[in-house]
Amino acid sequence: MKDMHAICVTVNGRRHDLVVEARRTLADMLRHDLGYTGTHLGCEHGICGACTVILDGQPVRACLVFGVQADGAQVRTVEGLADGDRLSDLQQAFSDHHALQCGFCTPGFLMLAEAYLAEADGQDDQPLTQQRARELVASNLCRCTGYQGIVEAVVATAQARAGGDPR
Amino acid sequence: MSVIGTRLPRKEDPRLLRGRGRFGDDFSAPGQLWARIVRSPSAHGLVRELDVTQAAKAPGITTVITSGDIPPGLVIPVRLTIPGTDLGDYLQPVLAGDTVRYVGEPLAVVVGDDPYACEDAAELVEIDVAERPAVLDACTAPAQQVAAELAAGYGDTAAAFAAAAHVVSISLAIGRHSGVPLEPRCLLVVPDPQAGTLDIFGMTKVPVWNRDLLAGLLGMDETLIRVHAVDAGGGFGVRGEFYPEDFLIPWLSLTLARPVKWAEDRAEHLVAVNHSRQQYHRIAAAFDADGRITALDDDIVHDNGAYCRTHGVAVPELTVAMLPGPYRVPAYRGRVRVVLTNKTPCGTYRAPGRFEGTAAREHLLDVAATQLGLDPVELRRRNLLTADEMPHQRAITTLRTELILDTGDYPALLAATAKEADRLGYRTGPVAPGAPGASPASPASPALSVGGGRLRGFGLAMFVEKSGLGPQETADVTVSKSGAVHVYSGGTSLGQGIETVLAQIAADALGVDPGVVHVTAGDTAAQPFGAGSWASRSTVVGGSAVHQAATAVRERAVQLAARMLEAAEEDLDLADGSITVRGDPGTRIGLADVARAAEPASGYLRPGEPAGLSARRRFEVSHMTYPYGAHAAVVDVDPGTGQVRVLRYLVAYEVGRAINPMLVEGQLRGGVAQGIGGALLEEFGYDEAGQPQAVTFMEYRMPTAAEVPLVDVLLSQDAPAPGNPLGVMGAGEGGVSAVGGAVANAVRDALGLAGSVGQLPLTPARVRRLADASAQAKAADPAAAADPAAAADPAAADPATAADPATAADLATAADLARAVTA
Repeated sequence: MKDMHAICVTVNGRRHDLVVEARRTLADMLRHDLGYTGTHLGCEHGICGACTVILDGQPVRACLVFGVQADGAQVRTVEGLADGDRLSDLQQAFSDHHALQCGFCTPGFLMLAEAYLAEADGQDDQPLTQQRARELVASNLCRCTGYQGIVEAVVATAQARAGGDPR
Repeated sequence: MSVIGTRLPRKEDPRLLRGRGRFGDDFSAPGQLWARIVRSPSAHGLVRELDVTQAAKAPGITTVITSGDIPPGLVIPVRLTIPGTDLGDYLQPVLAGDTVRYVGEPLAVVVGDDPYACEDAAELVEIDVAERPAVLDACTAPAQQVAAELAAGYGDTAAAFAAAAHVVSISLAIGRHSGVPLEPRCLLVVPDPQAGTLDIFGMTKVPVWNRDLLAGLLGMDETLIRVHAVDAGGGFGVRGEFYPEDFLIPWLSLTLARPVKWAEDRAEHLVAVNHSRQQYHRIAAAFDADGRITALDDDIVHDNGAYCRTHGVAVPELTVAMLPGPYRVPAYRGRVRVVLTNKTPCGTYRAPGRFEGTAAREHLLDVAATQLGLDPVELRRRNLLTADEMPHQRAITTLRTELILDTGDYPALLAATAKEADRLGYRTGPVAPGAPGASPASPASPALSVGGGRLRGFGLAMFVEKSGLGPQETADVTVSKSGAVHVYSGGTSLGQGIETVLAQIAADALGVDPGVVHVTAGDTAAQPFGAGSWASRSTVVGGSAVHQAATAVRERAVQLAARMLEAAEEDLDLADGSITVRGDPGTRIGLADVARAAEPASGYLRPGEPAGLSARRRFEVSHMTYPYGAHAAVVDVDPGTGQVRVLRYLVAYEVGRAINPMLVEGQLRGGVAQGIGGALLEEFGYDEAGQPQAVTFMEYRMPTAAEVPLVDVLLSQDAPAPGNPLGVMGAGEGGVSAVGGAVANAVRDALGLAGSVGQLPLTPARVRRLADASAQAKAADPAAAADPAAAADPAAADPATAADPATAADLATAADLARAVTA
């Protein structure tokens, strides 16, 4: 007997009502029930971070969260970053700094960095250094790039946002 | 200005950044079933019972199959066959029958409505294996475990060793690790029972070869199978080879007449996907009194795991073939024993055979430099082949080609590397601000200051890579009526940026903006003659085919435009997608106009001419092209904890001609990160029963941003490849080839070892033993540390061999080898 639950979750501003099994992960729910296939599963045990999404403002591993735990929550996925056809500043910085190759881990890095930058925004913190950015992105695994472009993209975005650059 | 050589933003980026990539698990089909593989829990044994009754009755389960349910005798053949080797007895069955030979070997497949239900049901399959002893040490394995013995060489090594002024030898073990792309493997197979076709999503690398093999195994016509182009989350050699699942999922789909999907989890991946690298080298060199190499000898044991898979013995063959590297080696002998063990079978991993062989050779040279009292750079300089000696043919074949080092100036690159390393302070002090890749605003890497008892070391390694393996690649280029240019290549997109590179090549040859070029890579219906993306061949061979096809389309466009404009062909220019008459700038037609003029029934077509503005060209090449480079590493070592940090890393690389320098640098930097994994972190360990010890990312430790340093790149384009119209060499593997050697040399330098580090990866436990043994040796005999002659007995000076029982058992002492080769 499956343990089913009716939940309501808002993804990238759009409300979804659905019924999910209690043990279904948020990642599987997003990918297979709601069609947000930009969230990728690289390990399903919380190490690689490819499935990182922003849940009520916090970056989480969607493989370690059950779908039912997102009941009533706001979820942001990689599909919600761009403004129409226009890439976000962070996405554009990833392309400019060659911060992606196969692109499988990329959504996780984008959501990790976006959550960090959004939280840092407006706070009177020190500017993001390469070293701090390196520590931040060490949360996730990338097998292609060697991380250099990712670090540079996150730092460049932080600097642009701190400088009041609108985009 | 040509678009070739520019840092064009990647065409792949927008979709991947928006989460709109199409990876294997992103495809689904109405009514699809899911499959779950049941794998052997034992390393070796007889299957006494395999009871699927309960699993088949579980909720949501359609069927459970075992070896008795599929056609008998199906094994996966070798793709890269080497003449003179018969591996027929060692091939892997698509499902194990009465014997299992490694943990993870497929035994059964559960098929059902839902992946969670399948995973539950798989737990209900009852497996009883009568365990047999597991063979886990390739060096002490009995003779019947030897699948092949290979040799390469030339000249009289015995005479050279007997006459040598110096003989230096070491042992070095390379750890078992592999590509481990971040996307697990996945397949969706969609049958059309009416048409008799199969559509497959998720096969990459060599889709045409896989399609043809699958057609043979299923008894189908190959054109009824279509492998679709997909995004792939990293390849690195392992993804896209033909695995058991590549038969099982299509067979189930065909048999059940339903779409079937299979998505591997990470625990499966780590025991199922090709392992690689594990070798034991006993390598020796003979030198004359001036430090010039007179002979090189390497005796290698290659642990291939339980079966020979699609790569056969290509990895050990490449190891011995490429071992002499960039040096003048008058006499050479390389032997390798390919041993089967009860571990996951092996295949290629980025720079196969070269990571291993380069580590052994370059580490030997650093030990030799100590013993001969020479600077490691100077020792290499004396022995490198010079530009005057190019091309340089060795009496060696590899992958069915003659080994001819085609072009280059190795000493110049070594000198440039040493100069750049010094400029950046690799050997002397703080890194210069404003180094390439460093943010101008950020200070020099603070980690470069070493304190607290940490020891700093510098290591350098040189290497020769291979690239552009033939025999052919085919490309189709078509201009559609909108003026868009479509390229259909046989390569596949693995993250390397093939769509961007091929678009740049086509745009350059055709005279269009790369933005109008659309590249389809790896769809067997669109390009049925593709040979795939591997062996750093896509830009060299695939790119040359695109260059030729686009050039042919250009010529055809000019021919048709001449008819349309009633002008002579030689008076026409094609640029920016438009054709103009020279001296008459007002007269202009676009490629779209020409494409319409090439439609059937067009008045511009002559009788018998084919319609369409398109061309198919095949680029054939019989020899590979050999890029080369040097790596330099700065490390610091904590002798108390054994932790090694790579502080800074330099790659100097000759690529002939960079189509897109940004992508070349990306390939090199990514390769370095993987190499650091193999040198310091990643290892598939097994316990004494053959149970794998690295089954999650907690144990299989891939480098994070915290372990990978800033990587400086010195990209050289001084030696255009003579064997292809673009002058390009491959860039996929040069970032990883020499990391094992450079890091081993840097750690040895930091610890002041007289001999070899003994074993990679240099995990903290191993480094601590090396540090302790080194300290003890110096305390016992302070003079020995300063006296190179004291290192003449490498066995005594090789603390890894002395301190690590596993290593000692694995490796005969280097002194034995030295006696053997001089006898």
